[in-house]
Amino acid sequence: MSARYSRVGRPRPQGSGRELAIWLLMRLTGLGLFVFALSHFLIVHVLFDPSNQTAQWITDHRWGNDLWRFTDGTLLVLVVFHAFAGIRTIVSDYVGGTARRVIVVIIVILALVLAAMGVMAILAAKGPIP
Amino acid sequence: MGTAAPGGSFGLKVTYRGGEGMLAWAFHRISGIGVWAFVLLHVFDIWLSRVNAPLYDELLSFYASLPGRMLEIVLGAGLLYHALNGLRIIVMDFWPPLTRFHTQLWIAVWVLFVVIGLPVVYVIIKPVLEGRA
Repeated sequence: MSARYSRVGRPRPQGSGRELAIWLLMRLTGLGLFVFALSHFLIVHVLFDPSNQTAQWITDHRWGNDLWRFTDGTLLVLVVFHAFAGIRTIVSDYVGGTARRVIVVIIVILALVLAAMGVMAILAAKGPIP
Repeated sequence: MGTAAPGGSFGLKVTYRGGEGMLAWAFHRISGIGVWAFVLLHVFDIWLSRVNAPLYDELLSFYASLPGRMLEIVLGAGLLYHALNGLRIIVMDFWPPLTRFHTQLWIAVWVLFVVIGLPVVYVIIKPVLEGRA
C-alpha cells in the first residue's frame, strides 16, 4: 500500500491488479449505495415508521413484491462488499504481515456468512412466518 | 497536535497533519465503522424475522422506543455524512483539480447534511413528541 499522504480517500493503487479493482469497486458500490442505502433509510424511517414494522409487515408490504426483494438483495450485496472492503482497508492501515492475512480471511468469511444470511431471509420471504 | 511534527508519526502507523482534510477522513472512518456495525445487526435482525418472528417483533419495538429512535438518528447521521463525504471523495478522485477545493466541498457536505438531516430528525422523533411511541 502506498504511504503517500492523501487528503482524499485511499490513494488509487498503482498498476491494474486486484487492488485497483477493489479501489474502483469501492467507489462504484459507494455510488450505488448513495441511491440504494439512502432511499432504504428514507422508506423505512420516513415513509414508514418502525412502530408498525413486524415480521408479518415485511412479508405483506416489503417483500410481497419481487421487485422490492430484488432491490433489497442488490442493496445487501452492495453494502456487504462496501462495508467489509472498508474494514479491510482500515485493518491494512494498522496491521501488517501474517496478522493482516489472518484478519482478511476472517473478514471474507464473515462477509460471506452475512451475505448468506441476508439472501436466505430474502428467499424465505414468501414462506410461512415461524 | 501534541509533539508530533507535521506529517510525522504519532507512535502508530498514522500520519497526522490536522486540518479539515484529516477531520473529513477521520469522520468518514468513524461513520463507516458505525454503519458497518449496524449492518451486522440489521442483517442479523432481518434473518431473525424469518426464523423467529416474535423475537424480531420484540427487537423492532425497541427500535421504535425513544432510546431506539435516538440510535436511529445517530445511524442516519453517520450514514448521511458517509454518503455525502463519499461523493466528495469520488469527485476528487476522478477530477483531481477539484482537490484544490476540498475544504469548500467539505463545507458543502455539512450544508447538505443539515438541510437534509433536520427534517428527517423531526419525522423520526415526531411520534415521541405526540406521545405515540
